[in-house]
Amino acid sequence: MSLGDSSTPLGKVRGLGSAREGGEHWITERVTSIALLLLGTWLIASLLILPKLDRQTIIEWLRAPTGAVPMALLVIVGFRHALDGVKVTIDDYVHDEGNRFAINLIFLFLAVGGGALALYALASIAFGGVA
Amino acid sequence: MVVSILHRATGIALSIAGLAILTWWLVAIAEGQAAYEQFAKLATCPIGLVVLIGLTWCFFQHLLSGIRHLVMDTGAAFELGVNKTFAILTIVGSLVLTAALWVYLLGAHQ
Repeated sequence: MSLGDSSTPLGKVRGLGSAREGGEHWITERVTSIALLLLGTWLIASLLILPKLDRQTIIEWLRAPTGAVPMALLVIVGFRHALDGVKVTIDDYVHDEGNRFAINLIFLFLAVGGGALALYALASIAFGGVA
Repeated sequence: MVVSILHRATGIALSIAGLAILTWWLVAIAEGQAAYEQFAKLATCPIGLVVLIGLTWCFFQHLLSGIRHLVMDTGAAFELGVNKTFAILTIVGSLVLTAALWVYLLGAHQ
């Protein structure tokens, strides 16, 4: 608080109202983090357990539902969590409203596009067509 | 303080490089043997290994400091001593886990 400003922090915000949003984003970030704790550990454990990391072994692993389903979840939840985390950083450091909107939009498109590409690749592995 | 910054930095690295490599890996598997061999060749060259080991460390650091943040979200572990010990443990833990994983990987999957 600067000299000559006698209002208290509470006085400054009183009457402004709450942001009315953001709570859900905060909760989602934490819920997806717990999911990724499981899915990330699953991915590392799976890569350690697989006898070899050649293409044929990985295809067999991802054709089974025990491989394909967690991998699909990892892609979806991973991209979502990344997008949420990157957005917090952008909102913290990019102060100009127009730039902030533009950069958030770019990362939204990158996350949705990247996630879709990863899921498409996974689906073509899991449902055949790949030899 | 340092661990809090590391949490962001490793999160950004995983979001951009980590997810790009995961996607590239899946696309390479789907595309065919030649594409996968190309990926594997790049992944196992010295620079590729440095990137993968770096991202593994990012993953474990982000995971452990993430757990720390979840604990702190409950209002616990704000006492200076406990907080500092917890912060240091995330760094020690991430280094130990990364080293253990890669010693095993480079030994067993050679």
